[in-house]
Amino acid sequence: MRAWLPLGTGLLILTAFLVMAVIPESIAPYDPLGFDFAALLAEPSAEHIFGTDQFGRDILSRTIAASRIDLQIALFAMLGPLLIGSVIGLLVGWFGGWADALFGRLADIVVTFPFLVLVIAIVAVLGPGLINMYIAVSCVGWVVYARLMRGEVRIQAQADYVAAARVLGYSTARILLRHVLPNAVRPVLVYAVTDMALAILTGSSLGYLGLGAQPPTAEWGVLIADGRNFFTTAPWISLAPGVAIVLAGLGFSLTGDGLQALLDVKR
Amino acid sequence: MSLVVRDLRVVFNTRSGPVWAVDGVDLEVAPGSVLGLVGESGSGKSVTLRAIARLLHGHAKVSGAVSWQGEDVLAMPPDRLRRLRGAEIGIVFQEPMAALNPVLSIGQQIDESLVAHTVLDTKSRRARALELLDLVGISAGATRLGQYPHEFSGGMRQRAMIAIALASAPKLLLADEPTTALDVTIQDQILRLLLRLKDELGMALVLVTHDLGVVAQTCERVSVMYAGRVCETGKVSEVFAHPRHAYTQALLRAMPGEQIGAKLVPIPGQAPRLDAPSPGCAFQPRCTAREPICATQRPSFTELATRRFACHAGARL
Amino acid sequence: MSALLSAEAVEKRFAVPRNLPDMLLRRPHRAVHALSGVSVAVHAGETLGIVGESGCGKSTLARALVRLHRPDAGMVRFEGDDIASLTGPALLRFNRAVQMVFQDPFASLNPRMTVGATLAEALRVHHIVAEADIQARVLALLDQVQLPASAAARHPHEFSGGQRQRIGIARALAVEPRVIIADEPVSALDVSVQAQIVNLFMELQERLGLALVFITHDLRLVRHMTHRVAVMYLGRVVETGPTQTLFAAPRHPYTRALISAVPSLTPGQPKAEAVRGELPSPLNPPSGCAFHPRCPIAEPRCAVEAPNLDATGLACWLG
Repeated sequence: MRAWLPLGTGLLILTAFLVMAVIPESIAPYDPLGFDFAALLAEPSAEHIFGTDQFGRDILSRTIAASRIDLQIALFAMLGPLLIGSVIGLLVGWFGGWADALFGRLADIVVTFPFLVLVIAIVAVLGPGLINMYIAVSCVGWVVYARLMRGEVRIQAQADYVAAARVLGYSTARILLRHVLPNAVRPVLVYAVTDMALAILTGSSLGYLGLGAQPPTAEWGVLIADGRNFFTTAPWISLAPGVAIVLAGLGFSLTGDGLQALLDVKR
Repeated sequence: MSLVVRDLRVVFNTRSGPVWAVDGVDLEVAPGSVLGLVGESGSGKSVTLRAIARLLHGHAKVSGAVSWQGEDVLAMPPDRLRRLRGAEIGIVFQEPMAALNPVLSIGQQIDESLVAHTVLDTKSRRARALELLDLVGISAGATRLGQYPHEFSGGMRQRAMIAIALASAPKLLLADEPTTALDVTIQDQILRLLLRLKDELGMALVLVTHDLGVVAQTCERVSVMYAGRVCETGKVSEVFAHPRHAYTQALLRAMPGEQIGAKLVPIPGQAPRLDAPSPGCAFQPRCTAREPICATQRPSFTELATRRFACHAGARL
Repeated sequence: MSALLSAEAVEKRFAVPRNLPDMLLRRPHRAVHALSGVSVAVHAGETLGIVGESGCGKSTLARALVRLHRPDAGMVRFEGDDIASLTGPALLRFNRAVQMVFQDPFASLNPRMTVGATLAEALRVHHIVAEADIQARVLALLDQVQLPASAAARHPHEFSGGQRQRIGIARALAVEPRVIIADEPVSALDVSVQAQIVNLFMELQERLGLALVFITHDLRLVRHMTHRVAVMYLGRVVETGPTQTLFAAPRHPYTRALISAVPSLTPGQPKAEAVRGELPSPLNPPSGCAFHPRCPIAEPRCAVEAPNLDATGLACWLG
């Protein structure tokens, strides 16, 4: 019971966003790129639930259309660190020794810096853009995954079934991939789901700063930035994308919580 | 009789439904005697002990009657219960490292017990603590009082736990598998200690164990348990020589004993399910001496001199 | 007949990790001396029992025999070859010939693999049978350990402790070993289930002519099922010999203490206390013969020098 409530709610929210990302044309009331000169900077009303911007574009429709990019960001900004961190964590967790000591020190250094500051610094060097943002996030984010994986691998490596595999003469590759990895990966995957919420925050933060998704790509952070000059006169321009970020983040977060409760129970 | 237990039942409400851990247990312990409670895992022996001492948490439903020297234990108010459980009834557990507080010295833990259950002043308490350590065979008591559990070996910790349990000279000691986690030479020492203390202090002892050898050498009477029910109760010498319950007999035959090389006779089947108590005898699915009636009718107790057994086939075993 | 698998004067130490105070105060490096010169041997068709209490090193010895631990001194030989020097195909042959059954039925099987997959993997890696025959062989293995065919599709958590031990035994048998090292295989099981597994071991040994090294702390079991036994105390073998002889007339004071300490199943057999004192810690072993602080017949010499196992299988100055 404790697992189903957050899991169900989270999945519901995510499904809604997924639908928005896949078929925005069916959901959005207006064409996101359509100018409506009759309703410039219109307040939220029955026709435009979240109002319009200075070009008369419907904010709600723009927000819905942007979900595609933001969900992509959620996925790819998580995937890079996940893959790199898991491989490194697997290897240092199993082999230990100087590689583990080196990893430990490196991880300590990376973790000392605030995540966003480091990402921004790297993007500043590489230049703005989504791809560079993914690269920057991977460079910094892998550490958490590596630590998680390393911890789990060290636990599994002590287990008798791994000893049995060694006594059976299985190769290290087989032991790592068929025995250790499947048993060590669960907490990492659960964390990955929650991490997607953070990925959206990172992506939209950089988008707001002009360092992530570049205009004309519609992305929630970029949309918020668009309303920057109108915060006092037309605050609703930034509102819908802001709400979208919160909701999407909540969706991933709840799903992660639910998964954790569910899997803990099974264990 | 100091301790009388009648129709004790303990039901745990788990996520997957109710589990009948103890399903109608009767026990008696005479003052100064040693009763063994023996069974395998899932037999309910530990739960019975904890139920008697009211150590089970809220999600366990305990019913039946437990009376200590005439008083109803299950209905006791918390105050009286607290005084009972340290002053009159002592408890010793299986894992001393888990039962001892790792951040308090042994001296502090013994002192706690003395403060709670006696009216001695500080000096007298320390003297008593040293007495207790000596009683349980821990040498260099003065140094030991200041040490922490992790500085003690397994056997020493168990002795320390016994010392704490005996701090206020209880009349009954409940021991839940006190030597299971110990090596056999240490087990030998601890069991002798328990028997010696029983004699010196005039204490009754209820010893829960899965080891029939321990029962044979330590207990006067034994109750054999299976699936939350008592199979038979009687004098140890008689029960071992002539078991009257098919399970007791099967258990004795499954142990590597004095007959070298003879094939052990295993008990077929698996451990009983406690979430679905059977209407008949709980052991019936695995019993080689079963009769048709065993599946449908739960055997009632037959009394035969000092023996009580609940087995349809008991008379002809 | 020469030994199939043997340990010769094996030593194994585990360094105790140092913390900051140790390093700052330059305290000497400490180590746990798990094995201090252990020699045992097992021959085809026989069961060797290895008994001892905590800290005696029997589990470390078991792992050294299957090459999970590398000895710091001495060697383990299989068919005359030093197993530490084996590589490649020769190593794989060794792994096939010497297998292990573990103590904890809940940790010794991969929870994410079905029973059938676990067994099939062993068959595949060692090319025991052709791919087409793997399923049939898996079923045959399950039958050999008296598990139903339906077990193949299920996961370990669906089985009881005793059943999981059978699966572990099936996995060991899959590669057609000549030696099985069983490290406390029944200690975690109930008595009624122990009997099933013990019978299975004895049956398999007879039928397949296996050499079986059975490690346990349960002396009743050792007496029941082994041909020869080695008694260990704090990293050394103190006595070894044919089981019945050793139990009938134990020569080492520790062996006598151990046998005496086991509570008899016949009620009312009062005996004197088996042995006084605590089990020493392998971190801080006594000098000379490790048993001397507790030994009823110890002499001054015993505290100075540790006796080695002599030709009659006794390690005692007062033999």
